[in-house]
Amino acid sequence: MSRAADRASLVARRLGEADVMIEEFRGEVTAVVPAERILEALRVLRDAPEGTPVLTDLTALDRYPAEPRFEVVYLLTWYAPPARLRVKARLSGGAPTIASATSLWPAANWLEREVYDMFGIRFEGHPNLTRILMPDDWEGHPLRKDFPLTEEPVQFIGHVPKTPSTIIPKAPPRG
Amino acid sequence: MGSRTETLTLNMGPQHPSTHGVLRLILELEGEVILGATPVIGYLHTGFEKEMEHRTYHQNIVFPARIEYLATFIEETAYVLAVEKLLGIAPPPRAQAARVILSELSRIASHLVWLGTSAIDLQVTSVFIYCMQDREEILDILEMVSGQRMMHGFLRIGGMQWDLPEGFEARVRRLMDRLPSRIDEYDRLLTDNLIWRKRTEGIAVLSPDDALRYGCTGPILRGSGVPYDVRKAFPYSGYEQYEFDVPLGKHGDAFDRYLIRLEEMRQSRRIILQALDRLPDGPWITDDRKVALPPRAELVRSMEAVIHQFKLVSEGLHPPVGEVYAAVESPRGEKGYYIVSDGSNRPARVRVRAPSFNNLQALPVMLYHGYVADCVVAIASIDIVLGDVDR
Repeated sequence: MSRAADRASLVARRLGEADVMIEEFRGEVTAVVPAERILEALRVLRDAPEGTPVLTDLTALDRYPAEPRFEVVYLLTWYAPPARLRVKARLSGGAPTIASATSLWPAANWLEREVYDMFGIRFEGHPNLTRILMPDDWEGHPLRKDFPLTEEPVQFIGHVPKTPSTIIPKAPPRG
Repeated sequence: MGSRTETLTLNMGPQHPSTHGVLRLILELEGEVILGATPVIGYLHTGFEKEMEHRTYHQNIVFPARIEYLATFIEETAYVLAVEKLLGIAPPPRAQAARVILSELSRIASHLVWLGTSAIDLQVTSVFIYCMQDREEILDILEMVSGQRMMHGFLRIGGMQWDLPEGFEARVRRLMDRLPSRIDEYDRLLTDNLIWRKRTEGIAVLSPDDALRYGCTGPILRGSGVPYDVRKAFPYSGYEQYEFDVPLGKHGDAFDRYLIRLEEMRQSRRIILQALDRLPDGPWITDDRKVALPPRAELVRSMEAVIHQFKLVSEGLHPPVGEVYAAVESPRGEKGYYIVSDGSNRPARVRVRAPSFNNLQALPVMLYHGYVADCVVAIASIDIVLGDVDR
């Protein structure tokens, strides 16, 4: 069993096998945990007997129009011996909220602000949950799938913001 | 009667020559001592991640080099590796070795820009001119390969656009012969320069614990003495075959980061020479017709090749449903692409894990209780690329 799968089964043992789903694709292991127990799962991993991992990345993705719509993705890396584990939590679309990981890793601070900025997912317990990349007065969350990709409106008379040409239309998956 | 002191808030940037882009810092000062620093970013946000969701996998190859414009081939490699992992294919050996050579050339070019701009921040103007001159020679080689100095768009999913040009090897070898004496010259100019040492030693110190907690990577992390290099820990493009050292620092200060980057240029040269010695012959792009375009000659003979060509050009490739993360060691640290595929011809999500973003987050820790004048040194020592921070 790979080191990552080992860590994933540690989470499954601690949180209960029924609650944790372990997926593997191209040698990468993902542990899907319930959103309300994310902090518990992350704490188990941070205090893992094999050493403390680094929070390499924290991001989200939008499965719109599917439900649960959002996935918050944590990428943990152990440097020596090297191992990577992805931890995921699914959130529904209404008012997506999840516990903040800033108490475990200060690196989560900006990463969570970016996720909030781009997806509108709120992190409970975050010290300063404000926009980070977009302007403070921006409306909407750009990386949501229902946020269109258009030009920014400018104040010229008769200017209509248009969608950039996509050239190649989206093709459905092949059966 | 006790005196009451107030702290002074100083706004530095976003248009400031030492911020290497458009970074704004809100400094809280007591006299000249920094009590708090709040970086304000986003001035260069261009929405690359959103844009990439609206393009096919092949069209997206042009974006990475525009996100981070100093180590262009390393960026392209990162994206292409992620898509290849998603498809479950590996490029032919020649393409892998060529990617290593081009990546390491990019690394040297990027470190030269860093060295030059850091030196100019500390008023050492001559080093800047020398570095830019050397960098230009590397860019000439990259232009020879791809036709572009910086925004190459040269790598392809499964290999490269075309073979390395004639005379490439000789030219790289010529440059590699000259490089050690150039690096030694910078070494002589700066390492024992009293002003340089006084301005960098013990400045912008980051402890190994803080570096790990803030997710710093690259020379920042190694400067604090943590031996993590993606090329060693999670080898890609055949890096496990090459012999090279990962230089480490002891004090985690700006001077250690400087020494590490100098040494990394020497190590990159070692890797390039090894890769040139064993550069295999053979194809430079995969012959998987579902991924790479068929060669011209095949199009006139085979109907199947025409169909593949048509499908790839009009629709693009369809990776299986899944998600992958592929990382490379960029000059600034771990650069990763996290790509989620829904089985269609466009990625459902492309996430760029930017090393500069995490490294910059640790800046307030480095600045704490330092002087305003050292702020410039601290920013320079992180080697941020604001395009990478803001994406």
